[in-house]
Amino acid sequence: METLMTILVGFLVMIAVYLLLSRNLIRVILGTAVLSHAAHLLLMTMGGLKKGSAPLLGENAESYTDALPQALILTAIVISFAVTAFLLVLAYRTYKKTGTDNLQELRGFEDE
Amino acid sequence: MNNIIAMPMIIPLLTGIILVFLRHYTKTQRVLSILSSIATVAVSLVILYQIQQEGILRLDFGGWIPPYGILFVADSFSMLLVVTTSIVTGILLIYAFSSIGQQFEHMFFYPFVFFLVAGVNGSFLTGDLFNLFVCFEVMLLSSYVLITMGGRKVQLIESIKYVTINVLSSWFFLMGIAYLYGTIGTLNMAHLSVRIAEVGQGPLLTVISLIFLIVFSLKAGLLLYFWLPGSYSAPPTVIAALFGALLTKVGMYALFRVFTLIFYHEPIITHTAIGVMAILTMIGGSVGALAYNDIRKIVSYNVVIAVGFILAGLAISSEIAFQGAIFYLIHDMIVKALLFLLAGTMIYLTGKTKIEEMSGLIRNYPALGWLFFITMLSLAGIPPLSGFIGKVFIGQGAIESGSFALLIVAFASGISVLYSLLRIFLNCFWGETIINEDDDVPLKKGMLVPCILFAIMTVAIGIGVEGLAPYVSDAARTLMNPEIYIEAVLQGNR
Repeated sequence: METLMTILVGFLVMIAVYLLLSRNLIRVILGTAVLSHAAHLLLMTMGGLKKGSAPLLGENAESYTDALPQALILTAIVISFAVTAFLLVLAYRTYKKTGTDNLQELRGFEDE
Repeated sequence: MNNIIAMPMIIPLLTGIILVFLRHYTKTQRVLSILSSIATVAVSLVILYQIQQEGILRLDFGGWIPPYGILFVADSFSMLLVVTTSIVTGILLIYAFSSIGQQFEHMFFYPFVFFLVAGVNGSFLTGDLFNLFVCFEVMLLSSYVLITMGGRKVQLIESIKYVTINVLSSWFFLMGIAYLYGTIGTLNMAHLSVRIAEVGQGPLLTVISLIFLIVFSLKAGLLLYFWLPGSYSAPPTVIAALFGALLTKVGMYALFRVFTLIFYHEPIITHTAIGVMAILTMIGGSVGALAYNDIRKIVSYNVVIAVGFILAGLAISSEIAFQGAIFYLIHDMIVKALLFLLAGTMIYLTGKTKIEEMSGLIRNYPALGWLFFITMLSLAGIPPLSGFIGKVFIGQGAIESGSFALLIVAFASGISVLYSLLRIFLNCFWGETIINEDDDVPLKKGMLVPCILFAIMTVAIGIGVEGLAPYVSDAARTLMNPEIYIEAVLQGNR
């Protein structure tokens, strides 16, 4: 299972890098979103995908799943959503202001 | 329990939340923000004093004993930076009152400044890596908002680069955390240090440490500073000053923490890498500072040079060099804020940004000219001012450990700092005045007073080094001997 997840993470990073390298602003933003989710999956995988009961003491199970990676990912997902939302608004405002979403054309602005 | 430790983060956070609801009441916002800054400074000073009395303090949230819970740790190093952060923010707020304008004040300027400070203070205080990430993000999100505030075209374009680079570095950070948790199985910094000392820092852990080096270098502007000059010259003066004074320092703090507490076993790889990067940073920063004739760019590249200089102290890695680096960090936060304010004020007064377009400002604004002169001397490290002692200690450390390349580049970079600022001074303040008396823009008191306060602080630190020295030497001792930190976190039963 870990191997499968690692391959998935690598695949997501590949897609993210492809999107990040494109000229279109929206694609870059999508790339950053995919990249952060690849990081979340990696966090989950590296914590170990243990098969066990929910980490509650009342369960009386033999083994418990490690709760820490899930807590970390929950926090990281919230942050990545906030950043993605901010980036989308930023891209929209930039488009309104400059009239282009092509990163090549956004280069070399001196001052207004 | 020492609940007081959480205060430097909680007070700005609560103030920020309250100020969100008061957006239309400008006066109330100003009064509240000043009161809150004073409270933060007072609380931080109390904590700094307590650390000298009782040793390193810690706060386990929810009573979870480390290494299981989330915790805040306050040692002299982090508290010195928290105190400086709080003071610098307070003084910058005074400048903001007279310069930022109604539009910004109604668009949540003060709340986001406080969220930024909460993030910065949180990063200094936290005791585990994941909360360092969270506090970094709190700080970065506020900085994204502040950098785009106003929505000028340049700001929007520069902030796209800034945000994208930071998302990428956050990805690296998460990746580092994931690998570290996978190999070591803990994220508490003291516990990490113990476990790595037990198993030895093998090649795998060294690679992970290099991931952290990349992450924090991106945040601190060590070698990977390409995003810095553009984004620091785009926003309004106060915000640029806040960034120049605080943001890179957090990255540097993280580098110091990680490479003195956790990954200190392979200095030949990691610390050499930091040394080489510091040298390249100083050279690159010097080239940039000398190449541009836009005041904002020159000032931004000065931030880069300082980053290289301070991290030279980390690369040398001896107690005296750490002392120098800490002195220089404190000095740099104050003087960089002052430098950004002065540059911004000059641009406000003349409406120009290029140094050739200004001339003879000292005739119209003598106080501003002298303040700039003091700043220049302080940054160059002339004795009675605050930059001197840091340079001496880092130099001494470099000589003792025989790292002469670092020594030469560090002091040569000092000369280029002096030259780049001298260029501004000669072009803008000397010579024939080009402003006739009719369109002489008055220099507001509210802009001059904060600059004078900063100037007084740099002189006071320079003269009163004796008073600061015990705190700094305690901080350097803790950095040099990680056992002190580990013992305080893992064994104390406070």
